[in-house]
This record gives sequence, structure tokens and C-alpha cells, in this order.
Amino acid sequence: MSSVSAAKVLAPVGTAGKLFAFGLDVCRGIFRRPFQLREFIQQAWFIASVTIVPTALVAIPFGAVIALQVGGLITQFGAQSFTGSASVLAVVREAGPIATALLVAGAGGSAIAADLGARKIREELDAMMVLGIDPIQRLVVPRVLACMLVSVFLNGLVSVVGVAGGYVFNVILQHGTPGAYLASFTALAQMSDVWQGLIKALIFGLIAAIVASYKGMNAGGGPKGVGDAVNESVVITFMLLFIVNFVMTAIYFQLVPAKTG
Amino acid sequence: MGVDIKIEGLTKSFGKQLIWGDVSLTVPAGEICVMLGPSGTGKSVLLKTLIGLLKPDRGSVVIEGVDICSCAEKDLYEIRKLFGVLFQDGAMFGSMNLYDNVAFPLREHTKKSEADIRKVVMEKMDLVGLIGAEDKLPGEISGGMRKRAGLARALVLDPEIVLFDEPDSGLDPVRTAFLNQLIVDLNAQIDATFLIVTHDINTARTVPDNIGLLYHKHLAMFGPREMLLSSEEPVVRQFLNAQRVGPIGMSEEKDADQLAAEKDMDLPPLPPIALQLDPSNGIPRRSQRPPGEWCRENGVTPPPGSFLQDSVLAGGAGA
Repeated sequence: MSSVSAAKVLAPVGTAGKLFAFGLDVCRGIFRRPFQLREFIQQAWFIASVTIVPTALVAIPFGAVIALQVGGLITQFGAQSFTGSASVLAVVREAGPIATALLVAGAGGSAIAADLGARKIREELDAMMVLGIDPIQRLVVPRVLACMLVSVFLNGLVSVVGVAGGYVFNVILQHGTPGAYLASFTALAQMSDVWQGLIKALIFGLIAAIVASYKGMNAGGGPKGVGDAVNESVVITFMLLFIVNFVMTAIYFQLVPAKTG
Repeated sequence: MGVDIKIEGLTKSFGKQLIWGDVSLTVPAGEICVMLGPSGTGKSVLLKTLIGLLKPDRGSVVIEGVDICSCAEKDLYEIRKLFGVLFQDGAMFGSMNLYDNVAFPLREHTKKSEADIRKVVMEKMDLVGLIGAEDKLPGEISGGMRKRAGLARALVLDPEIVLFDEPDSGLDPVRTAFLNQLIVDLNAQIDATFLIVTHDINTARTVPDNIGLLYHKHLAMFGPREMLLSSEEPVVRQFLNAQRVGPIGMSEEKDADQLAAEKDMDLPPLPPIALQLDPSNGIPRRSQRPPGEWCRENGVTPPPGSFLQDSVLAGGAGA
């Protein structure tokens, strides 16, 4: 009896371990030749094509909301001239990586999980292994790298579009001055904020792709299994990304002192 | 020239449910074997264990001195190059057309030029009768065509061992007959070891050199075709003759009441043993034995009417 309950309690640990082992397999696969350049480019293009427009559309209201929130608050402090800097700080440090993560997991990750899941239940992955080809090296590695690349670019896109959206709302709706908005850009934000945003995006892309690939490759039980795999991969990725984001932000603040205007 | 597969003490269970236990047999080099069994007895699981896609709980599968169940991943990928596998639904890569699907193993594992690849691919496509369908995507063709395309892909690396997972499921009788003839002709041509998993009795009676029967979580019998076809063993007899009387019930096994009710029923006499399917050029295969040889050697009287030309079932031997 005790062994049964112990097995149940430890089951999540086992699953986490398997996911981690899969991640290590992927990392090992990255260095194995030949590298699947064609698949990599195709996947990067595919992920970019399903994420660019939604990301841009999410980034505009994101920037706008920050502008509205911060703008109202900062006016009460009498520090309108710093609206721009607050907006940049929020978008570059947090909004960029988070919006990127949501879109990469929601649009890119779900597509990867569905694709690999369908291949799994159609026995395509088995056929590939039988033909002497490792699906991790052949299919997963290019997807993971493509996801990481696209995440970095999306992060840049969100930063630019978000800041531009903030500018529009601040200047037009809140009657801020364009000069003050632009001039205060670098008052609080610094170069390392951009770097940490990029690194976050890179790691979020890695996690999203690995979770999606793992779930897809372990789909089972017919078409419903694929649906479940997609669903689980999105939920798990979201949870992991928010936790990792918290940890990375905490580390960042320990490492890089805040800039004092 | 084909290699043999030595299976010893193989046991596999999923969780607490035992699939089959202690399966031991040797699939002889260059011969055609059929593995039979009622639905759900783990025939496909056995096939997947033989190629290392599933790990058994115990036992070994030895091919050319390498134990597939315990060797390193790297050796496994090496040994798999000896295999050609036809999956149930063909398992074609959905994103590639048939030509690229068949060319895939060549492009991955050989340094052949595109012209050479084209020659090999077209030869195999011709063999399975798919010339003209090279540009179709797997989603656009029928199940039978997918199966034949899968066969072309399985053969493209000139395998030593060819495994068929239910080659006849979902095919009409005429196509099944053609496919069976194709299997026999292929064996005559390339002398590889063939293992067919099926529950089509007609295939089992006319195609193979050896038959195995999986039943009730173990290997009930494995041996030459004539041995099983003339066997009085209840399970073997019931299955090979598609009868309701016998130990196999609708759900796996019959209970004691049903068996007691059947006790006095007379089993219908064994039907005559049909001739084995000959290659279409008429020259017997290297591993083919003369009809009735096993029965004579072992002093078994085959059922009356066996081994007559006209007793050939609709197995495709129209010649």
C-alpha cells in the first residue's frame, strides 16, 4: 500500500525528470552533425509567420496600458518628464520578454506540439527511428533553435512596437510632450536592460520549444492524445515561463544595480 | 543474404498488464515467417520490440551478435539499417511527396548522387506499382497505395530483414493477393528474412515457410507451415481454420461453462493444406521446401486432398 502511494507522490518528480532528460538530449543533439539547416530555416520562417502579427497586435495595447497607468500615476507625482523612461523600463524589462513568451508558447509551441504529436500517432516518428534517424536531432533540435531565434527577434519587435504605442498614447491622449518622452528614455533604463530582455527571450524560446516537443513526442491514444498534448504543453509552458521570469528578474536585480537618474 | 533473429525469454508488460511472457524463437535467415494471433495479443508490440522501439522487461533479441534490448543507442541506430519495416498505415512522412519519402533513407544514409537515387527510387516504385504517383502527397492517396509506398521505402536500403505489420489490413482481397505474391517474389529476389504480423488466415496458410501463433500471453506454437496446418492442438487448429469451437472466445478466453458446453461437439475435420505460393517466375525460392516434405519426414498424415494444384485457395496463384 505504501509503495503505491509513494509511487503516486513521486510521479510528478518522475515527469519533471523525464522532461529535464529530454532537454539534455536536445542539448546534446545540437552539437551532433549533420545540422539540419533546411529544417531550421523552414521552422524559423514558420514560427515567425504565425507569431509576428499577433505579437505586434499584443504589443500595441501593452505599451498603451503601461503608458496610461504610469502616465496617470506619474502626473500625480509631478514627474511628467519621466513618463518616457518608465514606459521604456517596463516594456523592455518585462513586457517584451513576457509578451514574447506568451506568443511563442501559444502560437509557436502549440504548433510544434500538434505537428510532432500528429507525427507520433501516425507512427512517422517510429518509422524515422527505424530508418536509423534520430527524431530529436532531425526534428526537435531545428525547432528548438528556430524558436529561440524567433523569440529574440520578437522581443525586439515588442520593445519597439510597445514603446511606440506608449509614445502615441502618452503624446496624443495624455498630452505629454514628445520631447520629454524621448529625452527621458535613458534616464532610468540602461543597456543591460536590453541584454537581460534578450537573454530572457532566448531562454523562454528554449523552454517553450522543449516542452512542446516533449509533449508532442509523447502524445498517445489517437487524435485526442494530440489535442491533450497541445493543451498540456501550452499550460505547462506558461507556468514554467512565469516562474523562470520571476527567478531571472530576481537574479538580474542582484547582479545589476538600478540606475539612479 | 538475410540474417536470423534469435529471440530468447522475451517478456513485456505495460504497467501491471502482462502482454506476453517468455517468448523464445529463432526467425531463420532468408525465410518467410508469419506471426499470428487474435486481436490484442501484442503482435505489433512484438514487432516494435524486435526493432528496439520498445524495451522488453526481460529477455534478449540477438541480431548479428548484437542484443537489441541492451545495446547502446548508437549501435541500435546502426543495426536498424539492416531493417526495412512496413508499418500498418505505411507511416509515410506527411509533409513530403511519395518520391521524397522513398528517397529519404537514401539521402540520409548514402552519398549517392541525385541521379542514382532517382534510379533506385523509380525501380522500387515500379516494383510496388506506383509509377506516376511520385508527386502525390500521402494524404492524397488511398490506404492501399500508402501501404505500397511504405513497402517501397522499406526496401530502398536493400534490407536484410523485412518486417510487415499487418500488410493486409484495410486492403481488398485482390490487392491482398497481389501483395502476397509481391512478398513471395521479393523474398525470392533479395533473400532477406521476412516476418509478417497478421491475422489474415489466407496469407498465413499460403505465404510463409514458418508460422508462429501468439495466444494467451505466450507463444503457443512456432514451426514449419505444414506442422501448424496439420496440428491437432486446439488453439492452433481453431485459429488457423477460423472456427468458433475451441479455446479462443470473443473476449480472449472462454470460461469453463462455455468450454464444458462445447466438450461433446465434434471439431470439423482439418481442411486440406494448400500449396505454398510460388514466385511468379515459377522457380522455387531458396528457403522453400517441397510440398509435403515436413509431413513425410515427421510421419504426419496430411489431411486428405492436401498439396493438390486445385486446392490452392484464392491466394493469388492464378498461374
